[in-house]
This record gives sequence, structure tokens and C-alpha cells, in this order.
Amino acid sequence: MNPNVLEIKNLRVSFFTDEGETRAVNDVCFEIPRGKFLALVGESGCGKSVTSYSILRLIQHPGKITGGQILLHNEDGSTVDIASLSEKDDKLYEIRGDKISMIFQEPMTALSPVHTVGNQLCEVLYLHRKISKQEAEKQVISMLGRVGIPAPERRFRQYPFELSGGMRQRVVIAMAMLSRPQLLIADEPTTALDVTIQAQVLALMKSLQEETGNSVLLITHDLAVVAQVADLVAVMYLGRIVEQGNVVDIIKDPLHPYTFGLLRSLPGMSKNKDRLPSIPGSVPSLLDIPPGCPFHPRCDFAQKGLCDCGEPPPETDMGNGRMICCYRAAGIRQLLEEKRRMEDA
Amino acid sequence: MNTVGAEAFGGNSEKLPLLAVRDLCKFFPVYNQGVIRRKIGDVKAVNKVSFDLFPNETLGLVGESGCGKSTTVRTILRALEFTGGQAFFNYEKDRYVELGSVNNRDLVELRKSMQMIFQDPFASLNPRMTVGQIISEPLQIHKLAKGSELEDRVDEILFEVGLKPEHKTRYPHAFSGGQRQRIGIARALIMNPKLVVADEAVSALDVSVQAQVINLLTDLKHAHGLSYIFVAHDLSVVRHICDRVAVMYAGRIVEIAPTEELFEDPRHPYTKLLLASAPIPDPTMRTLPPNPGEVADAGNLPKGCSFAPRCGCRCESCAENVPELQKVNDNHWAACPLI
Repeated sequence: MNPNVLEIKNLRVSFFTDEGETRAVNDVCFEIPRGKFLALVGESGCGKSVTSYSILRLIQHPGKITGGQILLHNEDGSTVDIASLSEKDDKLYEIRGDKISMIFQEPMTALSPVHTVGNQLCEVLYLHRKISKQEAEKQVISMLGRVGIPAPERRFRQYPFELSGGMRQRVVIAMAMLSRPQLLIADEPTTALDVTIQAQVLALMKSLQEETGNSVLLITHDLAVVAQVADLVAVMYLGRIVEQGNVVDIIKDPLHPYTFGLLRSLPGMSKNKDRLPSIPGSVPSLLDIPPGCPFHPRCDFAQKGLCDCGEPPPETDMGNGRMICCYRAAGIRQLLEEKRRMEDA
Repeated sequence: MNTVGAEAFGGNSEKLPLLAVRDLCKFFPVYNQGVIRRKIGDVKAVNKVSFDLFPNETLGLVGESGCGKSTTVRTILRALEFTGGQAFFNYEKDRYVELGSVNNRDLVELRKSMQMIFQDPFASLNPRMTVGQIISEPLQIHKLAKGSELEDRVDEILFEVGLKPEHKTRYPHAFSGGQRQRIGIARALIMNPKLVVADEAVSALDVSVQAQVINLLTDLKHAHGLSYIFVAHDLSVVRHICDRVAVMYAGRIVEIAPTEELFEDPRHPYTKLLLASAPIPDPTMRTLPPNPGEVADAGNLPKGCSFAPRCGCRCESCAENVPELQKVNDNHWAACPLI
């Protein structure tokens, strides 16, 4: 069996709008090992959600996957390239909600308001398994119990509006976990929730993952959440992955200037109590991606003639499974160390 | 305008509050669903909230959604009418105005010195007005400047918030979220207010931009001697920016203390829960708490302490009596008998 559940190779996704081709995802490569929790982090518009949507082929017109492969390695040893399937291929229906399932950001819009919780959950089983009504009901109620919903038999017959936000998100998690997927994609699962409920939902996702051994792809903008749950991290900026590695390395010792800047701009991370270090400028439009390294206009270490022209920087291996895309990778540790000292002073 | 003397608020002129809120209440009526509308109860969104805000201070107001933090500040600014209680605003030296009872004409006058920054920079700017029009509108409404003076004031404030004069003729859609929030800040500050209410002013922004806006708010506070009420749910931002923090739960303030003291030595069980739930950006310290329960429903509160059903250390009296704020020290108060 392949050690990875999913491998994404050189994925490109574009939206063809009136203003021109918007390259939302550009040459993205990463793999998700079995039983691991990978977080895809970035600011709004960096292409993290588009990447996750393209894994389930949920990109709608005018968006299109324009290149690359999305390889799903099944437990039986077979491999499917999701990117090459046609929109109506039966294999897609076997994958969606069964082998790969998804949790969406807003739990109210992800649930049907006119069906009971039980009905919606049973539907997953009817679609993917040959199963009797009693058996489906039994499995659904036990799953509702496992995600920490009190009195699951009663909740089974209720409608989503009768549940609180945290409860609804747990119903969505239960729905995603029912088919025992190999891979669970969670797109900002806790952004709409309060901190106390967020903590609950994250703890639940983590414990379910440890229990069932599935893999999780978490899409988020919140680095604190990443630090709490992820095993591996990939940081995206303007449609590209700029840094990748394991969570302790990335959070404790970021090497790409963008990751470094993001982490330093969190309140409480720098020793300077009065001013927060911040990344200058703002994220440029995807229609107007800077040449060379896409981050160079906001980067303190950008060098004229090196970073601001030509192709985007290639991947540089920094050891211990860490990769960064930076033209100045060779001396970056020293440069960042100096910057940290200056900001703390 | 009816004013009150400063004697009622401590008297010593060294430390007079800019704003003194006393037992502020805001209830929303609930009606039955029948043909004949009948009032069947109240949602007690804000219930006997009292606090002081001192000049040049940032007071944080934190809590979960629905706890009444936004309603509190909106009521103080009279965007909503008071149900009960009073709020005294230091209008001129030693004289206070009671905001709940001023008439509309005086309120217009008062609003010059009380401004608000809103959460969503995409919804709070009129898409059909240019940036110049948006920012100059308050001055025009209050007839404070016109002609070239107006232009100069707008240019000046644009520069202060980090925008350029040529941005004046453009429309909000041409700006990013962070820039729009700067426009919203410029609109609030052009009136030279004393009190600025920032209702989740940075929570819709991306991390890197959020840091820029937080720094801008800090700079402006020092430059203009502003006082902020900073409504937020992100505790790390609150810890960075606020001098004091009030924690709200189900319409009441359950704890109020200087920021560092609150974060280092929280006394109310709800504050402890809130602090423990906030994720720390450190992968070597994984501390997700087990089961913190459900947020209280403001329309259907328990008889005693609203937090009792979620509280790990509740006792019998908690189900009966609503705990009052008790003194931990001069600046630190918590509404729990077990402090």
C-alpha cells in the first residue's frame, strides 16, 4: 500500500473571468501521508480553498483544472487520478463522501434545513452502502454519540435549526466520518465558531483521527489552530506553496520570510510589547502576480535582479523534510535571525 | 444640555472617567406567534452592566457570540435605546452628560466626540460614494468645514491612516480589506472624537494586515489621546492592545481587571475557561480542553448564575442567587462567590 493517501503533483487551477485568466492555484505539489494531519495555511485569496475543492472536483465554471495530477491511493492498492476523471464519471461519486469527505466552514449552509438530522446522515449510508434502514439508523445514532452529541436518539429526529452552532458542526463532522473516509478535508471548520466551541471541535477532530487512523487535510488561516492539531504544514501564498514541513519546525523555526512574517505578526510572539511586527503592503491581486518570487514586493530580503524577475523560485530542500521556495534560501537563517533581533529591540 | 458635576465619579480630578456606565440594561421584547401579538418575555441582552472608561485608556470587552458585548456599546452610543441604567459621558471639563436621557439635538452634538469603527470593512462603506465623500461626510453633516479646509482635513487624515490623497477619488471596491478598514478609521477620526468604539475592528482582516491595523490604532491613540472600547473575541489581540479587560457572559460582566492581571490570574471560572480554550501558537504545548459545554441562551437564562450549568465548581447557592461583582483588589472584580 502506498504510504500516501493523496499526492498532488503540479496542480494548476485557473478561473477564466472577463478580466482575464486568474491563476488561483499554480504548480502546487504536496502529499498527505496515511494517518497524518496536514494543514494548508494562508491568507484569504491564496488558493487554499480552491486546492481543497479541486480534490473533490467541486470547482465550478468559470474555474478549471488546467494541469497536474491529483492521485488518490486506495487501500486496495489501486490509484485514481482525480484530476483526469470526467465530470460525470461514476468513480467521482464513489470518491465523494465515501473515500474523501469534506467539512465546510458554515455548518448552517452545509445542512439541509428541510430534512431532519437523521435523514441527512442516513442518506450518506444509503448512497454508499447496501444497508437496511434499521442498520443505517443504528450506525448514525452511534456516530452522533461518538461526536459528543447528548441524547443522539432525540437529535436524530430534530431539524438543524433546533441545534446550536457547535452541535451543527458536530453533525457535519458525523456526516463526514460516517463512511469512514480515508481522507477528511476540513475547510475552515471552526472559523464561524466561538473559541470555546472551536476548542471542542478541534479536540474532537483530533481524537477521531487518532482513533480511526484516517488522514486529515485542514484548510485554515489560523496559525494557532495549526499549532494545536497539525502534524504537517504547507504554507500558501498567491497560489503557490512557499514552505512545507512538520509543524514543530515551521512554527518554531519558520524559514520562508512570509511564514516568518505571518507568525511574528501574531500578538504575543515578539518581545516588543508596543508594536507588532507586520508584513508591509497587502496581498496583490491574482490577476497581477508579481514576476519572479511572488512575495518579493513585501519581502525585506528581496534582492534586485534576483528575486524580482524571471520565474518563481524553485523548491530548496532545507533538511528534515522541510522545503522552502526562496531565492535567498542559502543564507536565510542568518537574515531572519537578524530581523528577529531588530524587531525585539 | 443637562449636565452632572464630577463629584459623583470619585471627585478627585486626577482620575475622572471619560465614560461611566451604571447598571446599563438593554432588553429586547419577545412576542408570541399567534394572530394577536402579545409580549411573552424579554431577551436580556445586557443586564446591569457597570464600568468606567478612563481617558487615554483601551478597555477590552470580550465574550462569546451573543453575550451582549456589541449590544452594550451600541446602546451606549444610543444606536439602541436604553432599557434601564445610565451612562455618563465627560462632555466638557468636570461636566457629565447622561447619554440615556439626552434629546436628539444634543445627541447630534455629542456624537462628534463619540465615533465607531465597524467590523466588516466590506459592508460598512457605501459602494456608491468615493473615499473622499465617505471621509468628508461627517464634517459636512456637522457643518464643521467646507471648501479647501475640508479638502485639507481629508488629506491630513488620509495621510495619518496611511492612505494617499489620490485615493480620494476612488471607490471602496478598489481597495483591499485592510485599506478599507483604514478608510473606516479615517471616517471615525476626522471628527476628533474622544471616545472611539471599535466593534471587532480587526477580526475580519488577515493576520499580516491585522497587525498593521492594530499598530495604526495604537499610534492614533497616542497621537490624539483617544479612549477605545475594543470589542473583540480574539484574546491574543485583546491582550496586546487593551489596558483593562471586561469579560461578559449572558449579558453581564463577570470579571473586570487590568489586562495582565486578568490573563495571569483569572478568578471567574468562565474567564478561566475562555483563556484555556484559546489556541496557543505553540505545537509543543497542546492544551485543548475537554468539554466546555454550550453557550447560555440569553432568552432562557437559568434562575441563578447563568454560567452555573457549565461551571465545574458550582455549589448549591449558584442555582439560586445571581452573584454580584466582588472585589479582588481595587482594580479587579469578579462575579463569583468562590473567588
